[in-house]
This record gives sequence, structure tokens and C-alpha cells, in this order.
Amino acid sequence: MISTQVVELQEVFPEARGMITLRFRLDEVARPGQFVMVWIPGVDEIPMSLSYLGARKGITVKSIGEASGALSSLREGDRMGIRGPYGNGFRMGQESTLCVAGGTGAATILPAVEALNHVDAALGALTSSELLFEERARASARKVMMSTDDGSRGYHGTVVDMVSDEVGEYDMVLGCGPEPMLSALLDLCNGAGVDCQLSLERYMKCGIGLCGSCALDGQRVCADGPVFTGGELSHMEEFGRSRRDTAGRRRPL
Amino acid sequence: MSDLQVEIGGLALSNPLMLASGIMGETGGLLARMGALGPGALVTKSVGLEAREGYPNPTLIELPFGYINSMGLPNPGIGEFSGEMETAVSTGVPIVGSVFASSPGDFAELCHRMEGMGASAVELNLSCPHAEGYGMEVGTDPSAVEGIVEECVSSVDIPVFTKLTPNTEHLVEVARAVESAGGDAVVAVNTLKAMAISVDLRRPVLSHGTGGLSGPALRPVGLRCVYDLFEWIDIPIIGVGGVEDWRGALEYIMAGATAVQIGSGVGRRGLEVFRETAHGLASYLDSVEEGGIAQLVGVAHD
Repeated sequence: MISTQVVELQEVFPEARGMITLRFRLDEVARPGQFVMVWIPGVDEIPMSLSYLGARKGITVKSIGEASGALSSLREGDRMGIRGPYGNGFRMGQESTLCVAGGTGAATILPAVEALNHVDAALGALTSSELLFEERARASARKVMMSTDDGSRGYHGTVVDMVSDEVGEYDMVLGCGPEPMLSALLDLCNGAGVDCQLSLERYMKCGIGLCGSCALDGQRVCADGPVFTGGELSHMEEFGRSRRDTAGRRRPL
Repeated sequence: MSDLQVEIGGLALSNPLMLASGIMGETGGLLARMGALGPGALVTKSVGLEAREGYPNPTLIELPFGYINSMGLPNPGIGEFSGEMETAVSTGVPIVGSVFASSPGDFAELCHRMEGMGASAVELNLSCPHAEGYGMEVGTDPSAVEGIVEECVSSVDIPVFTKLTPNTEHLVEVARAVESAGGDAVVAVNTLKAMAISVDLRRPVLSHGTGGLSGPALRPVGLRCVYDLFEWIDIPIIGVGGVEDWRGALEYIMAGATAVQIGSGVGRRGLEVFRETAHGLASYLDSVEEGGIAQLVGVAHD
């Protein structure tokens, strides 16, 4: 049983253009890839990946909607509610691992990069000012590759295209990012015969596997995921194609 | 070999355990998954004529003794639900279509469409504690309930269950109205109206303010309701509220329930709760040398 706790923001700082990190004390132990339900009083409660683990945890927010906009306007000393950590997180071992992140997917991936021993990181963004966590990745990974869709930094193209030639050299791929990117990454890994674990994002209400708002193909992103194996995802008819809106209607991605 | 089979209004169930509405019932994929885990029937999420987004989050609070939720009846609307029903019905486990509306005509139309989509029964949600104009706002008035049930019963050939709210002193009158309207069974009970306050923030936690309490905290209330109803009505009672093991299920059965629904127990005990509870019931029947579970219905009464 996990009840809602109210936490005070100890630190708020910009992480990249349009993206800020909120740090707060939360004693619960969390694994890389887990998430928390973040309550912005009077506005909403939304699932957010933990971008920093340890006792002083953090979330990294891109302002895209009402809730993330409200989160982005919070300051040090402000308070918000937290439930969690929830979800399964990444399964991590000693094999040679490539972590692939698109956009804010880096917030989910970085704790895994920091926890792994034999790891390379591939970070992609639309443009150089939106690249996240380069320094953190360089401090932990053997090799860090960067890509931008507009070519303003590193490889000119998508992060999946960037790793397409070398993905076969790894035993495991961990990925997080927009679902079309994850769908391309799954195809790439399947073609190369490499196992992967990808972290999905869906609209959520309860966060604990009861209400079904985050369902795809009978799986609950909140409770069975958010991390699914390539084998699981390959059998999901809804993965990469549709999501559900707040009323539970299937909509194209 | 123990006999867990029961029958409600002509609907035969392989065992008396049903998935309660609102849990794992919003999509065909989820229903199909639950169907393979042992329940005798599955009740869908409550569906209305039109899509509803429900309330903003937070819509759920975890407590040591249960949950409080105020989802606000989110659903895709009966039209879009047909695809979900197709998947759910194909499992072969009886599907009970839960519906909500505010008028007898709308209720009857929803029942008719659920029947057309392959539902084995319908459950009228006359008891949701947190949606204005629906649920318990309709379901606490015996004459309104009688009108709704009458119209639904005449619009379908499948059994019509009516889910009741414990948030009224008229519980027995409402149930008798269901019976006199020709309803096949009552489902008792929906959640208790409740709330939680954040002391740190000095405000209610749920966006809607109030919600419905479920889980073990609700069980003594649900049991009392079922026990009372058994004294006053002759149609079958389906017990629901805080069951998460075989003892809890037997409490309801001995109070007078023919079948028992499990909702919050899925979250608190996990997806195996149906298999574990059914196994416990079968072991109990063997140990007391009772022939069938149906013989235990209401045995707690004098």
C-alpha cells in the first residue's frame, strides 16, 4: 500500500531548452524505469518517470500540456503530491547494453545508464538545445553517441538510424522515447536479433493496475509495464499504432 | 469433487466469483485476460450512450484498508464499446454488460445494445456515488428504480441485474422495487461515499472532492446490506464489497449472496485472486462435506 505524500521541492533547475528538473526528498527505493504519480494540487495528477534516483529523487518535465505546464511553473519550496514509485522498471544485468533515448525519454533512461556497468548511451533530440543529460551519460557510459533531427549536433537524423549499424554488437537494448521511435527501434532490434526492453507511456488514472485507462492488448502500462520486452511488444497489436484517450476510446498514435 | 456452480436468473456460472465493474473491464483485451484467470463471469466497466472523459486526476487514493475512487464514469460510449465486447465475448466466459443512464429509455436502449453485442446479462449501475445525474442519484428513489428496471426487463431476453448503493436508508425499498419490476437479481453493494483530506495541503485529495470507498473497509457494510436484503427479497443477491479471499466470499454467501464479485481485491491481492478464492471455496466444501456452494446461501440466517 502506497499513500500519497506531499513533498517540498528542494531544487528546481533548467535541464535543456523548455525542460526543467524538480528535485525532492522521497525515501522509497526506486529502480531505473519506475515512475511516480505527481499531483499538482488543483490541476491534475500525471505519471512521470524518475530521472534521478537515490533519496533525493527528481523528475524532468517538458511543458506540453496543462499539467506539465503547471509543473514547470513550480519553484523551490513549492509542494506537490507523490504516489509511488510504481511499475516494473528495467531488468538489468551484466550484459553489454545499449541505452537509446529520444527526447524526454532520456529522463527514463539515464538512471539505467548510471546503474549499468557495461553500457553505451545514444541520446537523440529534435535539435541540440533539447539534448538532455549529456554530462551524466558521459560520466557513466563507455561511449555516448548524440543525434539531432536537424543536424545541429552529432549525427544528423534519428537516434534509431544512428545506432542501426552497431546495434547487433550488444546483448541488450533499453529504450525510451516517442512511440514511433520505439516501434522503429523494436524493428531494428528484431532484425538484428538483439533483445530489448522498451518503456512505454500512456494516459493513466489510477496508476496501480485497476482502472484500465492505460491498457494496450490486455497489458497495463502502469502495473505490467511501463517496461515491456521486445518479445511482448512484438505480439501487441496496439503498440506503435494506437493509444486510448481519457474516455478509453482507441485513437491512432 | 466440490460443486461451485451457481445459477442467477437463468445464467449458469462455473463458480460464484465475478469480476466487479470498474476493475480491468474497460477494454476487451483486459476482460479477455481476466477471463482466463478463473472468474465465473466478468462485468464490464459501466458504459453510457455517449463517451465520457470522467474527472481529472487524482481519481484514486490508496488507503491501508481499501481505495477511494472518483473516476466519474469515463467510458468510450456504447458504440465504440462494441469492439471491446467482441474480444471479451470471444473468450466464452459470460460477460455482464454494466450500463448507466439517467432515464428508463436510455437504460433500456443500452441493455438492448449490450444484448446485441453478446452480453450474457446486464447490470444496471444505479449506485455510482460520484457522477451527477447518474448512479445513486437515480438509484435511491424506489419508484424511479422500478420504472427503469421494468423498461430494461421488457427490452431484453437476458437477465437484468441491478447494482444498489449502500448510501441510503431505503436499501430494502429499492431492492423490493427491483423485484416487483421483474429484475432478475440485485448486486449489493456499490462503494460507500467517502473522502480523504491532505493535511499538508489542507484540501481534499480527489479532484472531485468525494469518491467511493471500496476494499476490506467496505465489507462489514456490504455484509449487513446483503443480510438485510436476504430477509426481504426472494430474487438472488450478488454480494460485492471488500472480498479478497475465500473467507470473505463465504461471509457474503452465508449472509445470503448466490454469487460474489471481486474488484479491489484484484488490486490488493493480484490477478490470481479468483483462482485462489475459488480454490479456497472448493477446499472448504470438501472439508465440511457440503455438496455444493449453493447449499450454503443464507445459512447464517435463523
